[in-house]
Amino acid sequence: MSPTALRVVGGRVAAVVPVAFGVTLLVFLLNAAALGDPARAAMGQRGDPEVIERIRRDYALDRPLVAQYGAWMTRLARGDLGHSYHQQRAVTEIILERAPATLRLALTATLISVLLGVMMGALAGRRPGSLVDHVIMATAVLGISTPVFWLGMMLSLVFAVTLGWLPVSGYGGGDWQHLVLPAVTLGALHTGSVARMTRGSLLEVTRQDYMTTARAKGLAEPVLLVKHALRNAAIPVVTVVGIGLADLLVGAPLTETVFAWPGVGRLLVAAVGQRDLPVVMGAVLVFALVYVVANLLVDLAYLLIDPRTRAR
Amino acid sequence: MPGSTVLRRHRGIVAGGLLLGVLAGAAVFAPVLVRHDPLEIAGGGGMTLERPTAAHPFGTDALGRDLLARVLWAGRVSLAIGVGVEVLVALLGCLIGLVAGYYGGALDSALMRTTDVVMAFPSLVLAIGLIAVFERPGLDKVVLVLVALGWTTIARVVRGAALSLRERDYVQAARALGADNRTIIVRHVLPNALGPLLVAATLGIGSNMIAEAGLSFLGLGAQSPTLSWGAMLADGQTFLSSAPWVAVFPGVALLLAVLGINLLGDGLRDLLDPRFHD
Repeated sequence: MSPTALRVVGGRVAAVVPVAFGVTLLVFLLNAAALGDPARAAMGQRGDPEVIERIRRDYALDRPLVAQYGAWMTRLARGDLGHSYHQQRAVTEIILERAPATLRLALTATLISVLLGVMMGALAGRRPGSLVDHVIMATAVLGISTPVFWLGMMLSLVFAVTLGWLPVSGYGGGDWQHLVLPAVTLGALHTGSVARMTRGSLLEVTRQDYMTTARAKGLAEPVLLVKHALRNAAIPVVTVVGIGLADLLVGAPLTETVFAWPGVGRLLVAAVGQRDLPVVMGAVLVFALVYVVANLLVDLAYLLIDPRTRAR
Repeated sequence: MPGSTVLRRHRGIVAGGLLLGVLAGAAVFAPVLVRHDPLEIAGGGGMTLERPTAAHPFGTDALGRDLLARVLWAGRVSLAIGVGVEVLVALLGCLIGLVAGYYGGALDSALMRTTDVVMAFPSLVLAIGLIAVFERPGLDKVVLVLVALGWTTIARVVRGAALSLRERDYVQAARALGADNRTIIVRHVLPNALGPLLVAATLGIGSNMIAEAGLSFLGLGAQSPTLSWGAMLADGQTFLSSAPWVAVFPGVALLLAVLGINLLGDGLRDLLDPRFHD
């Protein structure tokens, strides 16, 4: 990497640091607000003095808020997210145990939405205004408008309950059959946006002079589409994939609940129900930090695809 | 432009408006349209989880309550939350955006860094975290949380408009003529931000409805006996294999409402932003 490129990358990374700090501060304040005074925090704990003492020590509750934040950040830097009220274990351990399932689901869903979305968008954008274009774009709007958890239930109703092709829910020891419905559900939400964006930028690209030149050179349509059009249409698509991360992380608690998928999203929802605050705040923080880092990676991906952004 | 061309060009707005009109009408006139009480529990047994029939076009739920009545009455809640939250969000977002964009300086930096942080969270995840702060979930908390998290988009839209307009000649001219800040904001800045504001607010209604439904589905929103499409869907999941209609109808209603709003919002964007015309 050239020094200029290195400086640009360094700049992007540095810009994320204050946001990440803001995220930790917000989660800390949420936690402080939820805990209130230690007595109230312990009420859900049947007043076990040992637990009260640990909460007091963990959160430095008898000290000023700034000191509490300092203590909390020090522990966070060591990867310590506190102890679960409900399961007598470290929150970090619980989240790490659940993370692979969510990661597997999210990656498969992204793969589905990008492959399907780019395919749909390319098909629609090839002949704008045609019947195919209209049908695909109508499907995309419908997909964007469908609540993800309801879609999951309907897919489960058709493919699991009625047809019996796939299991209704659960992780099934990690086989692919259990992954299909949750991944399609989570991916579907975003497929529509990818399709729309691909179509839009494809239409933009095909109007450019270099496309006319390439066509005049006698290049075959498929080569033209893949080599010239799609590569240049990829920039906005990367944006959409980036925005899609939000959809994915928003959809995770819902999809995981519908399909009893043992991921971090379902852990979060269950923890709210049990008022297991350390787990709630730990999961919220992890989701947010993953989101911040993923957005940074998307940002860096631009530099790779589009040399023009490197100058900025 | 002849009328039919206008209609064809803006079919999204027309279709979305019609869809929303029908749904809102059905929700508003629910007491007239269905004779069943949405909370009335069937007496005598044998009426629970009944398939759709002439007497109960959408079937009945596990307590024998008429699902058509429940879907329509829940529509009142879902639509009211969607629109009500967005009105509050728009007011708050406008205020913050205007203050940040028009006055600039340290206040602007502080407000915009705050939007950065709020936007750094996947929205539903932060909403769940906020709900967890309260002892007991409920629709009132959902409204509070959605307003507290929703203002960022509109604040940025309005700030952008205020920022770009502040230095325009006609705003400078108005200032030279002795107009005070409030007059300039109300007469010049707000009207110019109105288009993007309208689009963002319309699409926001749909996001609010989906968020409310999602939270209620997870048991973190509307609590029984408050009706909500999301809470009905949670019931529906329990009986998915034995009585799928319990899950189908509230979901279709939610889907149609959000579809209507998205068509309307996209249509408005095309209408107000000439760059989107092909």
